[in-house]
Amino acid sequence: MNEEKEVEEQSKPLVLEKLEANHADTLLAQDESRGTVVVVVRKEQAYAVLEYLKTDPELAYTYLVDVTAVDNSQMESELIQFDYARFMVIYQLYSYQGQCRVRVKVPVHENDLSISSVTGLWRAANWLERETYDMFGIHFEGHPDLRRILMPDDFEGHPLRKDYPLQGRGERERFNFDKQNV
Amino acid sequence: MQSGLERATGEKMVLSFGPQHPATHGTLRIVLELDGESILKATPHAGYLHTGFEKLGEHLDYNQYIVVTDRMNYLSPLSNNFGYVLAVEQLLGIEVPKRCQYIRILMAELSRMADHLLWLGTAALDLGAFSVFLYSFREREKLYSIFEKTTGARLTTSYTRVGGVLRDLYQGCEEDIRQFITNFPKALKETHTLLTRNRIWMDRTKGVGPISGDDAIDYGLTGPCLRATGVAHDLRKAEPYSSYDEVTFDVPVGTNGDAYDRYLVRMEEMIQSCGIITQVLDNMPDGPVNLEDNKIMLPNKSDAYGHIEGLIHHFKVIMDGHGVEVPKGDHYCATESPNGELGFYIVSDGSGTGYRIRIRPPSFLHFQALPHMLEGGMVSDTVAVLGSLNVIAGELDR
Repeated sequence: MNEEKEVEEQSKPLVLEKLEANHADTLLAQDESRGTVVVVVRKEQAYAVLEYLKTDPELAYTYLVDVTAVDNSQMESELIQFDYARFMVIYQLYSYQGQCRVRVKVPVHENDLSISSVTGLWRAANWLERETYDMFGIHFEGHPDLRRILMPDDFEGHPLRKDYPLQGRGERERFNFDKQNV
Repeated sequence: MQSGLERATGEKMVLSFGPQHPATHGTLRIVLELDGESILKATPHAGYLHTGFEKLGEHLDYNQYIVVTDRMNYLSPLSNNFGYVLAVEQLLGIEVPKRCQYIRILMAELSRMADHLLWLGTAALDLGAFSVFLYSFREREKLYSIFEKTTGARLTTSYTRVGGVLRDLYQGCEEDIRQFITNFPKALKETHTLLTRNRIWMDRTKGVGPISGDDAIDYGLTGPCLRATGVAHDLRKAEPYSSYDEVTFDVPVGTNGDAYDRYLVRMEEMIQSCGIITQVLDNMPDGPVNLEDNKIMLPNKSDAYGHIEGLIHHFKVIMDGHGVEVPKGDHYCATESPNGELGFYIVSDGSGTGYRIRIRPPSFLHFQALPHMLEGGMVSDTVAVLGSLNVIAGELDR
């Protein structure tokens, strides 16, 4: 029992302790849920924190598993907790060295949808950020090629936002086959 | 030997490969900028099969969504079913009975073999080896018969449930599987004799589309494509889920990260899967299959029709707003699907429907890395490299 506790105490700080020592002012919240460390980071310093997580030799989160977002506009508790930021951009990282995961969440307000791109840190981020832009309209500053990826280029709206309906937005009426030689 | 770029003369031609090219096996497109036969630039385009699976996850309840997971990687739907319900169960904080875990491993490994067999057949067919296609589809057909008998469907299996599986293994299933895996190594050897030391196959795949281990990690490659570069990473070993810590198997790795190594890694993975299946069948525990919690798991059909309690439980689970209620929170769960890391990130608001379901598909990141492997090569390599990555459009676009 004691041993287990010690192991937990050792493994928990490794990411969190280092972040607290170096980036304490940027952490809005931290948690450990089901074996994964979850940190919520201020948007302005998000790039610095992610860069630190990747480049620090002891942490070495060299594998960017996923970039995505959640529209929290119907999730009251999350809105209240993070100053009514509508979107939460989520980075999943994995360290081959430590064989552990960390989830970095960054609140993004609707009136300023820009956030620094991490394509310079991981090449995997390119398409993942494009998809997040496509689905949520989050603008990744410094992205080399921020275009839609799954939806057509002339598509309007961002389908995974909560105010986008599952069906019936009148897209079908807007096909103008008679005007073009298709 | 001159590389493709050194032979370049400066005249460019743009070739659109796909979206309906026979070698894309699905709708995806690559725009190739060519100088003669050399590829100067490759730009992959995705989205032709975008179906809005993630949006559907916000409107279907947790058990209904299993049907959608069939259609992601349609070569191995059982692996997707498994990965998805595992994520929901971990979010619920429940663990299914041992027998169920073993059945799920059994099915996941069989579907890994089915996936690799289809990959093998089509990848070889693209490069002109027609017999291999027939041989591998012959074996795959046997697997699909087992799937059909177990789940009732060949492709849209929907076998798992939150808290269990659709039904226990059928009578005689063990014999069928044992017979299959006894004959399988011999059948695979036929393919080895046809391909592994085949001059044409080696010329077409050896040194074609190489990627280094560091680049592969940077691009987020997983599964056989990552292991072909020499990185011995397998989620079944690194983060043993279900009961994978109770079986022993080797993680095959390559050295060069080229199309030939990807082929060898997949071939060996099928043999390792055979070993896992034997162990699972030998140690298959008795006892209940499904979780005995009527708030989560649907009752047997005979109970639902024959007993009033069963009927009530059935209604409670099925009715909107009464079904499986997942506690508030979020969770990311990754499983080693045949193609690589298949992750489900589920955000729950405490209701019976997911607030957000994100699928992290391996093919999406593999397809992104394609230009890195193609550029500087020859146009005929496109088919070989694309084939070796096994990009599945349903999973790529979701």
